[in-house]
Amino acid sequence: MGKIELTQVSKSFDDTEVIPPLDLKIEDGEFVVFVGPSGCGKSTLLRLIAGLEDVTTGQVLIDGQDATDIPPAKRGLAMVFQSYALYPHMSVRKNIAFPLRMARLDKSEQDRRVSEAAKVLNLTDYLDRRPGQLSGGQRQRVAIGRAIVREPAAFLFDEPLSNLDAALRVGMRLEISELHKRLATTMIYVTHDQVEAMTMADKIVVLQAGVIEQVGSPMELYRTPRNTFVAGFIGSPRMNLLNGPNATKHDAHTIGIRPEHIAISTRAGDWPGVVGVSEHLGSDTFFHVKCDDFPEPLTVRADGDLDLRYGAKVFLTPDTAHLHRFDQKGLRLK
Amino acid sequence: MARAVTPRRKMINTTLAWSVGLLIFFPILWIIVLSFKTEGDAIKTPIEVLTSVWTFESYLVVQDRSDYFKHFSNSVIIAMGSTLLGILIAVPAAWSMAFVPSKRTRGILMWMLSTKMLPAVGVLYPIYIGFIKLGLLDTRLGLIIVLMLINLPIIVWMLYTYFREIPGEILEAARMDGATLREEVLYVLTPMAIPGIASTILLNVILAWNEAFWTLNLTAAKAAPLTAFIASYSSPEGLFYAKLSAASVMAIAPILILGWFSQKQLVRGLTFGAVK
Repeated sequence: MGKIELTQVSKSFDDTEVIPPLDLKIEDGEFVVFVGPSGCGKSTLLRLIAGLEDVTTGQVLIDGQDATDIPPAKRGLAMVFQSYALYPHMSVRKNIAFPLRMARLDKSEQDRRVSEAAKVLNLTDYLDRRPGQLSGGQRQRVAIGRAIVREPAAFLFDEPLSNLDAALRVGMRLEISELHKRLATTMIYVTHDQVEAMTMADKIVVLQAGVIEQVGSPMELYRTPRNTFVAGFIGSPRMNLLNGPNATKHDAHTIGIRPEHIAISTRAGDWPGVVGVSEHLGSDTFFHVKCDDFPEPLTVRADGDLDLRYGAKVFLTPDTAHLHRFDQKGLRLK
Repeated sequence: MARAVTPRRKMINTTLAWSVGLLIFFPILWIIVLSFKTEGDAIKTPIEVLTSVWTFESYLVVQDRSDYFKHFSNSVIIAMGSTLLGILIAVPAAWSMAFVPSKRTRGILMWMLSTKMLPAVGVLYPIYIGFIKLGLLDTRLGLIIVLMLINLPIIVWMLYTYFREIPGEILEAARMDGATLREEVLYVLTPMAIPGIASTILLNVILAWNEAFWTLNLTAAKAAPLTAFIASYSSPEGLFYAKLSAASVMAIAPILILGWFSQKQLVRGLTFGAVK
């Protein structure tokens, strides 16, 4: 079981409040991603759950038990660190077995669980190596192995993929998702990468300056962002947020339209403009279009076959069914 | 680009460097030479000294008159004992300073180091009298305690520097893996800091071995280490160069050999963190 509940949890370092009191409920078996720009307090929040930082106020409940004063070693949680934090003086086998050794499990049970984890993570051939002799991806898997052997109530991941190269990152992302499906254990995953958040999460928690901006499933956040911050943060490339007369026309202070919800045409449309830089991804092309109506260029997603030169005159038409409207404070209008 | 060094220039530099080196080493070299001479030959002119007969006589006399091995074992026990006791106390201290520093950690470290600048003689009487009252005068235990305290700031500083090099996340990982504080220090921190701890031990054994102020003032016969052994040959019976030299060689030889074999470790340890 791994149900985690934060009630009125806050954290201050000296006199600076990094996390104002917040409430959060994480259900057993959920894959929850904390996402936000760097310095938003997402790692601190994870460390509060882990017990590596003490809460300034509030309570951390794990499976209904008050864990606020329980040291990290006794919370039954496992953590995977950004730097992997493997024990460099121990072999892979000993690294993975370490939590079991600390739990005083008997030797045969330790061996059984280590070899099982090694098999799952493709580490069987590397058990006698030192972490220094492994590649980044293998080290990451050892760190995960060390976390899974102890069968924790929940896994905590602190930006585990940010030290890996792009190709490896996609692979590990899938492996972690796969692991979650198989173990069905609660996972809390911290990242600044909204793509990781969208692809892996059951539930995303968007944070900014220690405040929870929105909690919801990836599609909820994508379809109905609660404010301009979430609107701009979730989705890639980011949503176009527009002010001015065109927004007023829709009875809003700001309107938001995603690149995929704008039609681009060389003949006719609502907003005339000029094509700037275009980014070709093969299947899609993103055009950055400078429109007369807006100071900022708009990003538009088009089919990969559409070829428009730099400086070409185009017309953009937003799909009004997917228009997001926000008030002066940046909050979503119904 | 490296600076160009002409062969001539290089020769001058080499000669100069060797001359300075030999000049510094000369007193030690001369002690070694004199230790193999008879008392009569030892006071002659340098040329006569070098051409006279070589003999082990002085060593035999010295060993005969004052038990070298007793002093040697006292030195070993005091140097090792004070260092190991210091390490035991310094590891937790350095751990807390390196991994849970407070606003005052920096200040405490500076203050600890500043005690090294206090003239030792200033506290000689209080400590001497204290030792009499506690019955620690001329005991190995007494010297172990005093030398440990004297070198403790250096031990803490060195360990603190090494510990700072260890990423805190690894210790946090140990905590998440269910390790208690004791297990964290024992199974994770200490093994990772072994090279640093070894250098610290080495340096402090040498410092304790060479320490002459407290060892001379707080011992008489029973606990006297090699420093006292040398000192006993210096004044009261006039100048016996050959015997004094033999005693000196016997006192410095062990630490010289230890230093020679561990110089790599020592240099690495002392520059740890300074050079990547």
